[in-house]
Amino acid sequence: MATEALSVSAIDTYYGDSHVLHGVGFALRPGRLLGLLGRNGAGKTTCMATIMGFLRPRRGAITLFGDEVAGLAPEAIAKRGICLVPQGRRVFRSLSVRENLDVARQARAQGTWTLERVFSLFPRLKERHIQLAGSLSGGEQQMLAIGRALMGNPRVLLMDEPSEGLAPQIVHEVGRTIAQLKAEGLSIVLVEQNIKLTLDLADDVVIVNTGAVVFSGTAAETRTNDRVIAQHLGVF
Amino acid sequence: MQFWIIQTLNSIAFGGLLFLLSSGFSLAFGLMRIPNLAHGGFFMLGAYLGATIVYYGGHFWIAVLGAGLGVGLVGIAFERLILRRLAGNVQGQVLVTLGVSFIIADLCLLIWTGDPWTVPAPAELRPPLRVAGFAFPTFRLVVLAIALVTAVALYLLMDRTRLGAMIRAGVDDMEMARGVGIPVSLLFTVVFALGAVLAGLGGTLGAPMLNAYPGLDTDMLPLALIVVILGGAGSLLGAFVGSFVVGFLYNFGIALFPDLAYFILFLPMVLVLVFRPQGLFGRVQT
Ligand SMILES: Nc1ncnc2c1ncn2[C@@H]1O[C@H](COP(=O)(O)OP(=O)(O)O)[C@@H](O)[C@H]1O
Ligand SMILES: [Mg+2]
Repeated sequence: MATEALSVSAIDTYYGDSHVLHGVGFALRPGRLLGLLGRNGAGKTTCMATIMGFLRPRRGAITLFGDEVAGLAPEAIAKRGICLVPQGRRVFRSLSVRENLDVARQARAQGTWTLERVFSLFPRLKERHIQLAGSLSGGEQQMLAIGRALMGNPRVLLMDEPSEGLAPQIVHEVGRTIAQLKAEGLSIVLVEQNIKLTLDLADDVVIVNTGAVVFSGTAAETRTNDRVIAQHLGVF
Repeated sequence: MQFWIIQTLNSIAFGGLLFLLSSGFSLAFGLMRIPNLAHGGFFMLGAYLGATIVYYGGHFWIAVLGAGLGVGLVGIAFERLILRRLAGNVQGQVLVTLGVSFIIADLCLLIWTGDPWTVPAPAELRPPLRVAGFAFPTFRLVVLAIALVTAVALYLLMDRTRLGAMIRAGVDDMEMARGVGIPVSLLFTVVFALGAVLAGLGGTLGAPMLNAYPGLDTDMLPLALIVVILGGAGSLLGAFVGSFVVGFLYNFGIALFPDLAYFILFLPMVLVLVFRPQGLFGRVQT
């Protein structure tokens, strides 16, 4: 009865002895976009790292379309179809744009992403395909990080602050791209500090604070709930 | 004049040999983030294996291949059976490579005794090559040619293939490489085995110049370390340039200022460590 694309239940994650995630749980339904919000240091990136297998949760379960993935190695999790656009982009700096995409290629029966499709989504990357990724601008690196994740033919796409450090116009472009991916039916978790961007794109919203979920609801409920926004996101 | 030409040629040939020794060492260092301190042992083991094959009547080139193969298998076994179990424990891994280097040294002493084994260069390469009145040592030129061919092949592998790009991605950002599905554990084995094969080949190729003797391992390992610190861990170009720089410093240092040879050799390493710790061509902090 696995209707969820990604389900995270009651995970506890530690850095050494430091207990960072306290029973975090949320569910992403197929084809939906879940916005994961929270202040700096709330535990969003730790949550992404745990789903991706960079960190092993001490307790709790993570399932991808019903299959348990918690405890698998990152490369195995990527093979099963969870792809990450990491915070800070983390492109392979000494690889060319094309190589960055090529090494992340992952064949999957239902997958349709190819180099050509990524290039047609981001024509800038095509123009610069022989350039070293380290020499790209921030916006281009973000496109590359997104393209690289798409090359893995994601069944679930995790995006960790894709708008961070980008000029407003580029943020707008990234937002359009995310909307386009969602329209194609991709299931997405979007971690953001940019609340407006998230509320515009998300179906559901989860807010974390000091490593625990403090709110979850639909985007519409979140938008009208000033108290939640003021208390946990500390804005407006 | 003949002195300078011969010393220059010897330096270049020795640089080629150092490239065989240190290119795989550097790639493994960059990818796995640990110096394989048994790498000098791999080189010595290659020299002894080659010497043994030649002793039992094998042709020199068969000995070279046999040594590469034999040491390659040792390298694969070491990586798969021991290093792998210590994944994530960098300190443990470094100590284990040191331990294995002692084990190799002791086993070699046990099997091949304390007397040096000489390996004659293949007969067809012994007569010097005479060009314009100068006599060039033919065998050293061939060693150099082999090193250059190896350099080109490694360059093509690292720069033009998807496997090479995956290795470089792992050197850049190991965690993210795994996160995009790159099978890094397989890459570890490939790179480690490659380094062992080249060290083994190099051991036998170098044997007509260096011999196989107890202590060859500890004579060579520091040279590989200097090459990698100069050039930068994980950088093929760095290993290439570093090898020839060290080849020249070592040869001319010993020939001109024998008392200062080690000073001349280690000074550039210290300067690089202080002023450019990632090496001249590297990105990874060693
Ligand atoms: N590598 C690390 N080692 C120890 N603590 C960490 C590490 N990374 C993050 N933390 C701590 O974990 C908490 C959550 O961090 P993070 O997940 O990066 O938050 P967010 O992405 O929401 O800004 C913070 O208190 C942070 O200091
Ligand atoms: Mg974060």
